[in-house]
Amino acid sequence: MSSHNPSSTAAGAAPLASSNTVRGASPSAARGAPPNTFVRRQLPELVVGLCLLAAPFVLPQLGMSADLLTRILIWGLFGLGFDLLFGYTGLLSFGQAAFYGTGGFVTAYLLTSGIVPHMLLALLIGTVVAAAAGLVIGYLTLRRTGIYFAMSTLAFGEMFYFLENSAFKSYTGGENGIAGVPPPEIALGFVTINISSGWPMYWFVAIFFFLGYVVARRIVKSPFGAVLKAIRGNPRRAMALGHAIQNYKLTVFVIAAAYGGLAGGLLGVFQAYMPPDAFALDTSAQLVIQTVMGGAGTLLGPLFGATIWLYLYEGLQQISNIGAYWKLILGIVFVVLVTVFRHGVAGGVLDFVKRRRKTSKEVDLEANSDIMAQLDIVPPIDGHASGAPVLEARGITKQYGGLTAVSDVSFSLSEGEIRGVIGPNGAGKSTFFAMLAGELATTRGQVFFRGQDITGIGVTAVCQMGMSKSYQINQLFESLTVRQNTMIPVLARSRGKYRVDMLRGLHHAAGLDEQVNAAIELVGLTHQADTLVSELPYGEKRRLEIGLALATGANVLLFDEPLAGLGPEERVHVVALLKSIRKGRSMVIVEHDMDAMFELAERITVLYEGRKLAEGTPDEIRMNPAVQAAYLGGMDEHEPA
Amino acid sequence: MPSMSLFLSQLFNGLATGLLLALISTGLTIIYGTLGVVNFAHGALFVVGAYAGYTAYSLTDSFMLAIAAGALTSLVVGLIIERGLMRMYYGRPPEDQILVTFGIGIILVEIVRSIYGGVSLSVSTPEWGQGIAHIGSLIYPLYRLQALGFAAATLLILYYLLYRTSLGLIVRAGIEDSQMVNVLGINVKRTFLLVFGIGAMAAGYAGVIDSPIVTLAPDMGNRILVDSFVVVVIGGVGSFPGAIIGGIIAGEILSLTSMFNPAYSDVMLFIVMALVLIFRPQGLMGQEGRE
Repeated sequence: MSSHNPSSTAAGAAPLASSNTVRGASPSAARGAPPNTFVRRQLPELVVGLCLLAAPFVLPQLGMSADLLTRILIWGLFGLGFDLLFGYTGLLSFGQAAFYGTGGFVTAYLLTSGIVPHMLLALLIGTVVAAAAGLVIGYLTLRRTGIYFAMSTLAFGEMFYFLENSAFKSYTGGENGIAGVPPPEIALGFVTINISSGWPMYWFVAIFFFLGYVVARRIVKSPFGAVLKAIRGNPRRAMALGHAIQNYKLTVFVIAAAYGGLAGGLLGVFQAYMPPDAFALDTSAQLVIQTVMGGAGTLLGPLFGATIWLYLYEGLQQISNIGAYWKLILGIVFVVLVTVFRHGVAGGVLDFVKRRRKTSKEVDLEANSDIMAQLDIVPPIDGHASGAPVLEARGITKQYGGLTAVSDVSFSLSEGEIRGVIGPNGAGKSTFFAMLAGELATTRGQVFFRGQDITGIGVTAVCQMGMSKSYQINQLFESLTVRQNTMIPVLARSRGKYRVDMLRGLHHAAGLDEQVNAAIELVGLTHQADTLVSELPYGEKRRLEIGLALATGANVLLFDEPLAGLGPEERVHVVALLKSIRKGRSMVIVEHDMDAMFELAERITVLYEGRKLAEGTPDEIRMNPAVQAAYLGGMDEHEPA
Repeated sequence: MPSMSLFLSQLFNGLATGLLLALISTGLTIIYGTLGVVNFAHGALFVVGAYAGYTAYSLTDSFMLAIAAGALTSLVVGLIIERGLMRMYYGRPPEDQILVTFGIGIILVEIVRSIYGGVSLSVSTPEWGQGIAHIGSLIYPLYRLQALGFAAATLLILYYLLYRTSLGLIVRAGIEDSQMVNVLGINVKRTFLLVFGIGAMAAGYAGVIDSPIVTLAPDMGNRILVDSFVVVVIGGVGSFPGAIIGGIIAGEILSLTSMFNPAYSDVMLFIVMALVLIFRPQGLMGQEGRE
């Protein structure tokens, strides 16, 4: 809190004078990206590459054959895509076998039938067809979330199994699969490389794995990847902050399908045979289990999981009397892992590394630069007549069955105004607010934002136009840091509601750090910028909640009980904060704290039982007998204050 | 065009398959509705029931005892799972619950496999179920008719339990708002245990009823799991009437389309599910807003 210096006269969007000194390196050093920054950023790629190179010389000592390692890499590649989907975006699919099988069978069919003799082209086509299948299945299954998604992906996955055995039997060989997939042969024009089984095949697959890993890591480190993590953390807030999450989900689903398709294609090439059980539920299940055992959200987790699975399988087969029970043992290990050791093997390693880093007090130098920049505000829409209301509701009504939560409320907010909305519990304030913000469809009536009808366009579009809301109950991304949280709304403003910039580094996004730092500074959380939100005290979470709405750059802000749950001291800070940000912004505040409300608001609207009871200056409202009656229980309902 | 009598017979077949699917899915849906957990071990519980019934049947030669044994075994297994593991999972994200029930399913199936081996077994139709029933002009295997009766009767009992008893009231209230039920001082823990047990029992019981019609194999649970998911996605997760309607729809689709092209009947099922997801994502009887 040290950085927040409340001053009721502080004008404008400029960050408050900070007692904090600017930590970290100068901006120029950060922008210059010296070579050691590159090495640090690409360290995981380098390590993975070196491990892939070293594996053939080390792992055979542990009894791992070339075939086993190749198989592990194929599963690992399959798992890279799945981890983007599940580990990073939080979408647990049980139908990935559909894409593994599709890619595998398309590639195998093209190669064996001689339609496409070129191996790499056949793999590419297989991958593209799998991605197309992913587009269709993703479109259908992503219509619902959570358990529905898991169930419907599982069911559609099974559908592919049936299709392989019925409609496409003449192509896929039904229960026999496709045998005789030719060994890889890459014609480069001047030279043809023949790849035989054993170690050459390992190198062939290892190249694909490495490329797959590099791409997956770029996705994770891109602005696109940051949005994926936000979706996992809190999909509704990600949407409210201006990201079209449905598009992101579908995109990552297609990417995961493409990874599956490529892995399936390589499986057929590697084994010279494409088995029908690539489509089986057990394949999807194995992928899920391997990913969880190895550690979801780490990219390499699935690879570790596959190593455990396949190594365990081979190892247990060697022991007589136990071989038959290997899957039982595996099931028990899995249940124990899920129950007590949440983050898998790779997660455990990462946690250890992070703990080490924390003790060494490593601060992200470049990210702390440019603290003094100003937080931008979205310029108002062109063509808006000055003097006209910035936000207007005309007779909005919300009915739930027979219950009318909000009835025929008209409301108008002028430029630069701070408006209070009060009313006893159950007066319909939250419903009214949700309709203004586009979160809730109106039953009747319309909402206008700077003259444009925004009724029913949805919260994402509303946010993109320049209006945002902070919530009564914190809607934060708990597993991300304050900085990462703040990045989400800033990215929505700079990138629009959807953009496929998945190969672009986050560190290349222009002005991102400045805007993020400015927003964090504005709400006085600079000293906590790299703290996980789950570790913040409540009062600071509350300020971040406001900070997220501010960081969207909105010029109209809706605050739903910004003081909820705060102690007296924190209340003073937040009231000062709200006052300080008013330049260039219009605000509507719902609040129970009357003193704060009378101090902040220029005009107050009173809702009672879903209707507008009164509207006027704080003094008028104070004197209004109907309002007094409503609050003191003179009407038919008693309300505890 | 298929003849009228074939059509009628298939319609009937569809009803029989459908009610059995409805029974299994009811177990899934009441567990979800009350506990908020999708039980991915549901197919495995079906397998456990079927094999327990098989053992009891071969020991006692009484199919009625087999039904009792299958239902009781899956009930007990269900209770153990709830007490031993699920209880730790109510506060965890749905993904964890899915993963752990899925893992439990693997363990159950592998235990069955290690006891009975991986080969498929067949269960003979009980004596009182052999022969053919004549319904008007329709000729129909007697046992299938009886299986239909068993499923229908059990669904009626479940309906009674859910809609006419105080336990049912709690369960249905729990579906609406489990937190509120808890606040009202009702022992939710005991209700959860009971509901999980009943749901598991429905699966195991259905496993025994189904066993003379199909061949037993440890992997048969996968298909059951998939079909019951399709049923609840069509009907609406957490909805008891949805499970019944979804079950009958699924049964009829499987049965009627197989008249024209058996190879495509399974695929048709998924196409219908896709249509439901497009036009009524919450399921036919599902409520908007429930995830």
